[in-house]
Amino acid sequence: MEPVTVLPRALTATAGGASPGDLDAARAQMGFSLAWHIVLACLGVGLPLLTLIMEWWGGHTQDPSCRLLARRWARAMGVLFAVGAVSGTILSFELGLLWPGLMGIYGQVIGLPFALEGIAFFIEAIFLGIYLYAWDRLPHRLHLLTGVPIVVAGVASAFFVVSANAWMNQPRGFTVRGGRVVHVDPWAAMFNPATPPQTTHMILAALMVACFLTCSVYAVALLRGRRDRYHRLGFTVPLALGAIVTPAQLVVGDWAARFVAHYQPVKLAAMEGVYRTGSHVPLTLGGIAGKNGLRYGLEIPNGLSLLVGFSPDTVIQGLERVPPGDRPPVTGVHLAFDLMVGCGMFLLTVGVWLLVLALRHRRRPGPWLEGTGRPLRVFLALGALTGPAAVVALECGWTVTEEGRQPWVVWGLLRVRDAVNVAPGLATGLWLVVAVYALMTVGTVYVLRRLTRDRPVPVAPQESDVEEYPVV
Amino acid sequence: MLADTTLAVMWIGVTCYALFGGADFGAGLWDLLAGGSERGRAPRRLIEHSIGPVWEANHVWLIFVVVLLWTGFSPVFAAVMSTLYIPLTLTALGIIARGAAFAFRKVSTEVWQQRLFGGCFALSSVVTPYFLGSVAGAVASGRVPPGLAKGNLITGWLNPTSALGGVLAVLTCAYLAAVYLSGDAARSGEAHLAAYFRHRALATGVVTGVVALAGIAILHADAPQLFHGLTHRALPVVLVSAVLGAVSLVLLLRAEMTFVRVTAAAAVAAILWSWGVAQYPAMLPPSVTIGASASEPSVLGTSLGVLAVGAVLLVPSLLWLYSLFQRRPAPEEDRRGS
Repeated sequence: MEPVTVLPRALTATAGGASPGDLDAARAQMGFSLAWHIVLACLGVGLPLLTLIMEWWGGHTQDPSCRLLARRWARAMGVLFAVGAVSGTILSFELGLLWPGLMGIYGQVIGLPFALEGIAFFIEAIFLGIYLYAWDRLPHRLHLLTGVPIVVAGVASAFFVVSANAWMNQPRGFTVRGGRVVHVDPWAAMFNPATPPQTTHMILAALMVACFLTCSVYAVALLRGRRDRYHRLGFTVPLALGAIVTPAQLVVGDWAARFVAHYQPVKLAAMEGVYRTGSHVPLTLGGIAGKNGLRYGLEIPNGLSLLVGFSPDTVIQGLERVPPGDRPPVTGVHLAFDLMVGCGMFLLTVGVWLLVLALRHRRRPGPWLEGTGRPLRVFLALGALTGPAAVVALECGWTVTEEGRQPWVVWGLLRVRDAVNVAPGLATGLWLVVAVYALMTVGTVYVLRRLTRDRPVPVAPQESDVEEYPVV
Repeated sequence: MLADTTLAVMWIGVTCYALFGGADFGAGLWDLLAGGSERGRAPRRLIEHSIGPVWEANHVWLIFVVVLLWTGFSPVFAAVMSTLYIPLTLTALGIIARGAAFAFRKVSTEVWQQRLFGGCFALSSVVTPYFLGSVAGAVASGRVPPGLAKGNLITGWLNPTSALGGVLAVLTCAYLAAVYLSGDAARSGEAHLAAYFRHRALATGVVTGVVALAGIAILHADAPQLFHGLTHRALPVVLVSAVLGAVSLVLLLRAEMTFVRVTAAAAVAAILWSWGVAQYPAMLPPSVTIGASASEPSVLGTSLGVLAVGAVLLVPSLLWLYSLFQRRPAPEEDRRGS
C-alpha cells in the first residue's frame, strides 16, 4: 500500500525554545482540559435529545413520570451546559496560550470551522436559555420546538470542532511557500479526507456517552430497590437509545480504522503494534511494546491483514517506515485502542441483553424490570457500568487520535515541540488549571447529586406535583 | 478592504461583549457588595433573574472575538496570547469560576452553599474584567511585539496603562450593570430596588468619568502614541463619549430609566471605538499593521460570508430571547424567591 498523500516539506521551527518540562506541562494541560471538556461536550449533544424525547412522550401520554424526568434532566442540562460552556471557552484560550506556534501560522486555515462552531454554539446558548427559562411560559408544542435547535446546533458544533481536529490529521487547503502559508482554501481544509469518518465517529460517541451515563444513574437507583415507573423509565429509555446507536458505532469505528490504515499508516502501526511492514500480520490483543514487537499480547494469526483488506495477503505498513523520532508511542496508543474496542463490545453486549429482555417482555405483559432475581440484578449492575465504560471508550479513542499523531501537531508539517509557547513557567499554569478543574469537578458532581435528591419523588406523582417542580 | 471589514466586525463583537457580557460581570460586582444574606437577598434575586437566562449567550461574544482574531489576524493572536500568557490564563480561570459558580448557586438550596458559590461567582466577576482590561492596556500601549512571547511577561500587563484599562473595565461593567438592573427593577414595579441600583449607577458613573479624565494624564506619560491618537483623530469619538456620559448622569438624576440604557451603553461603546480609531491602522502598535497581519482574502471573505449567514439566524433568535425575559414574573409568582 503506498502512501496516499505527498506532503510539502515541514515548516521550519517557529519556536522550539521551551524547556522539556514546560512542553510536557503544556501537553498535560491541553490533554487534561480536553479530556475534561469532552465528557461535558458529549452530554451537551446527547442530553438535550433525551430530554426532548422524554418531554414529547410525556406530553403525548400525559405520563407524569416522563414529565418529571424531562424536568429533572433539563435542570441537570442547565448546570452541565454552563460548565461545558466555560470549559470550552478555556480550550479556545489554550490554543493560543499554549500553542501560539500552531495558531500563528495555521490559525487562518482552521478558522472557518471554529467560526461556524461559534455560530452553532450561540444558537445553542440562546435556545437553551429559552428552553429552560420559558418552560412554563410557552405552550407545550412551541416549547418542544425551542428544544430542536439545541439538538441540531449541538450536533453541528461537534461536527465543526472535530473537523478542525481531522484537519490536524489530514492537513489540506493551503500551500506552504517559503515558510508561509498561502493559497488558503478554508472549505478544503474543513472538508479534508479525515472529516467524514472522524466526525461521524464522534457524534455517535457523544450520543452513546450521554445515553449510557444517564442510564447508569437510574441503574444504581434500581439496584437500590427503587423500582417505580420513574426510575424504570429513566433507565430503559436512555439505554434503548444507546443500544440502538452502538451497533452503528461499530460499523463507523471500523470505517475510521480502515481510513487510518490508508491515510495515516504510522498511526495504525502504533494502534496495532506493527513494527515491520509485511503481509499476514496478526491482530494482537493487549501487550506492551518490546524491542521488536509487542510482548505478552494475545495474537490472532492474519487477523489485522484480514481486518484491513479482507485477505491475509494485505500488506500492513510497519513503524520502521518512519525514522524513530517520528514514531508515536506504541504501548499507550495500542492499549488505549484495545480498551476502547473492549468497552464498545461490552456496551454492545448490554444492548443485546436489553433486546432479549424486551422481546421476552412482549410475550409476558406486566411492568418492566420487576422481580429480584439474580439475572436481573446482574443486568442492572452491568447497566450501571455502561456509563463509565462509555466514558473510558471516549477518552481512549481521543488518546488514540492524539497520541497516535505524535510527534506532530499538524501531521507531517509541524511538530508539537515547535508549536508550544516559549514563555517560561507553563508548569505553574498547569497546576493552577488542575486545581481549578478539581474544584469544578467536585462542585459539579455535588450539585448534580443534590439535584437527584432535591425533592423526593412522590409515590404516586400527581400532575400538580410535577408542575410545581421548577426547572430553574 | 476585507481586512478592515473583518476588523470592524470583530470590534462590533468586542463592543457587544462589553455591553452585554460586561454588564453580567458588573452584576457580579453588585452581588459581591450586596451585603449579608438577609440584606442582600432582594438585589441578589434581581441579579440572578436578570442575568440567568442570558449570560451564556452574552458570553459567546468573547468566543466570537477570539475566533475572529485568530482567523483574521493569526500572528496577532499568537503574539498577544503568548506574551500576555499570565493575565489571559487568569482571565480563563476567572471565566470558569464565574460561570460554574453562578450555575451552582442557582441550584443550591442551603445558605452556606449559596454563600460559597455566590462569593466565588462575585469575586471572579470582578477579577476577570480587570485582567481583560489590562490586556487591552498592554496592546494599546504597544507592549506586545510580534512573535512568540517576545514581550515582557510581567511588565507587559503590570504597568500604568494596563492598570487604567483594568480599572476602567471593572468600573464600566459595574456602571452598565447598575443602569440595566435599575431599569429591570423599575419595569417589574420594585421601586426601592430601582432606586437602590440607580444610586449605584450614579456613583459609578461619576467615578468612571473621573478615572477616565485622570487616565488621560496616565496615557500622556505611559502611552504617548495612544494619547496622540485619542487627542487627534479619535477626538470626536472621545467627545461623543464624554457628552453621552454626562447626558446619562442627568437622565439618571431624573430617573429616566428607559432612555438612559441607550445613552449609557453608547457612552461605553464610544470609549471602545475611540481606542479603535486612535490606534488604527496598527494592530500591535507601533509596528504591526492590519495589512501586515491580515489573513488571505479567501479566508476573510469566507469568514465574513459565513458570519453574515449566521447573523440571519442569530439576530431574530437573540431578539426573541431578550424579549421573552424583559418582563420577569412579579415577586409573588416567583417560586424560588425565598
